[in-house]
Amino acid sequence: MLTVKNVYKTFNKGTINEKKALCGLDLHLEPGDFVTIIGGNGAGKSTLLNMIAGVYPIDNGMIEIDGVNISRQPEHERAKYIGRVFQDPMRGTAAGMEIQENLALAYRRGQKRTLKWGISKKEKELYAQKLQILGLGLESRMTSKVGLLSGGQRQALTLLMATLIDPKLLLLDEHTAALDPKTAKTVLELTEKIVEENRLTALMVTHNMKDAIRLGNRLIMMHEGKIIYDVAGEEKKKLHVSDLLAKFEEASGGEFANDRMMLS
Amino acid sequence: MNVSGVLLAMQGAVSQGVLWGIMVLGVYITYKILDIADLTVDGSFALGGCVCAVFVVEKGMNPLLALVIATIAGMLAGAVTGILHTLFDIPAILAGILTQIGLWSINLRIMGKSNVPLLKVDTIFSRIVDLFAGLSESTGAQWLGFRQTSVSLVIGILIAVLVIVFLYWLFGTEIGCALRATGNNEDMIRALGVNTKITKLLALTISNGLVGLSGALVCQSQKYADIGMGTGAIVIGLAAIVIGDVLMGRLKSFGSKLTSAVVGSVVYFLIRAVVLQLGMDANDMKLLSAVIVALALCIPVAVGKWRIWKSYSEEGPTC
Repeated sequence: MLTVKNVYKTFNKGTINEKKALCGLDLHLEPGDFVTIIGGNGAGKSTLLNMIAGVYPIDNGMIEIDGVNISRQPEHERAKYIGRVFQDPMRGTAAGMEIQENLALAYRRGQKRTLKWGISKKEKELYAQKLQILGLGLESRMTSKVGLLSGGQRQALTLLMATLIDPKLLLLDEHTAALDPKTAKTVLELTEKIVEENRLTALMVTHNMKDAIRLGNRLIMMHEGKIIYDVAGEEKKKLHVSDLLAKFEEASGGEFANDRMMLS
Repeated sequence: MNVSGVLLAMQGAVSQGVLWGIMVLGVYITYKILDIADLTVDGSFALGGCVCAVFVVEKGMNPLLALVIATIAGMLAGAVTGILHTLFDIPAILAGILTQIGLWSINLRIMGKSNVPLLKVDTIFSRIVDLFAGLSESTGAQWLGFRQTSVSLVIGILIAVLVIVFLYWLFGTEIGCALRATGNNEDMIRALGVNTKITKLLALTISNGLVGLSGALVCQSQKYADIGMGTGAIVIGLAAIVIGDVLMGRLKSFGSKLTSAVVGSVVYFLIRAVVLQLGMDANDMKLLSAVIVALALCIPVAVGKWRIWKSYSEEGPTC
């Protein structure tokens, strides 16, 4: 499904702020894989997702989705294959537009936009059905502006938009990190449900080790732009947070895991 | 001054406001929908007027066709700003200023001088006046003899309505929705597969096309094109949008928002006519426009800050 081969990315090359974000990273995902990614700040988790999505060009290497080499495709062309939910709830939706208009934009992800009317009556029924799944009562507010929704509601809507047409790959970049614990739980449950029901292939970055162990069928840990630990199946299910912390300390040469990782 | 004179001046102001309203609709696309202040407008408005005047006077072109040519010229000017902005990442304001400055010289080249009068040629307005005058003579119906000001008002309203209907349709289509989303949340619409360089280029092109059309209409109605006719157009555009928003801001539908831009333009030119009647120097009008826009932008911010400051109390509320 997804193949990342020997990908390098350095930011601010040749300046004092040079930062090697990805160093020869290799990763292969089978269809239906739900992979959680953990790692300290600056490990390259978000960079990896951004490289796959095409936010910045990669320096070297290759990225393939379903046999198509997308290494040099611009972001908007890759959108055909990829659904995305960002960390910031404001980034995934258009605040000044109606809920149904946002969904209509997402319904046309990767398609050529034409001079046909932007939203059809038939679609609206579909959207109402899909919104019901969220259980937030948004189906009765389809013409409300998205800006009136709370962060959690917007994030749930973004998740629905990203998966409205099945993406070949779903990228979740700490998509619950900006939400309060209760809302984060709801959005995470929705994520699980949607990924499972549609058998999506997904990459989820998280800072919460318990979530990383509980969700998905495979877990990878990143450190300094490389994958340092890759575990799947039964072995992953048996993991404990303490195992991950030990791994992290080992990788970082005895350094303590940062506070954010310890606490979560 | 007699009453009929004042009324005539007001009618002139209204028709001027409607013709300039087409330009305001163009500014609305960039300023309100795309969230960009596009300064190309001053140049593309004059470009529309200059191109129209030269084609009608020197090439003897049909005045209606000259409007089309002026629109295309405006679109090209918008495309230049769009290419500078999207392909080369020049900030929109700077890209607009560059095009605007360049257009000053281009406009002088097109006209060959700083002013072209349309005295002995037909305009779309004079043709329609003639048409009705002919009808009036042949049928003997005297009420068909219209004055130029009435005709330009009716034609202006007709064109404004057509433009509003066109924009309403355009922004309801898939492409139009992508345009609106570009102004709303660029990251999001790119993640949904839209090339935002194209949408911005498209919006700037359409916007300046309308501005060029407006310049050509104003040129035909005032019967001259002048190198300075676009100076301050962007401020007039912003003032009209702000006035329209104050008057009709409670109406939320997209159609009424577009209409409010034209209404704002009409009110702007009425205010202008009134202060000129009261004896204000025409050259001070630009200052008045600037003050109107500045106040409209400052007041909501100041009121907001004042409310926050005032709502402070040392003791908490009783919950």
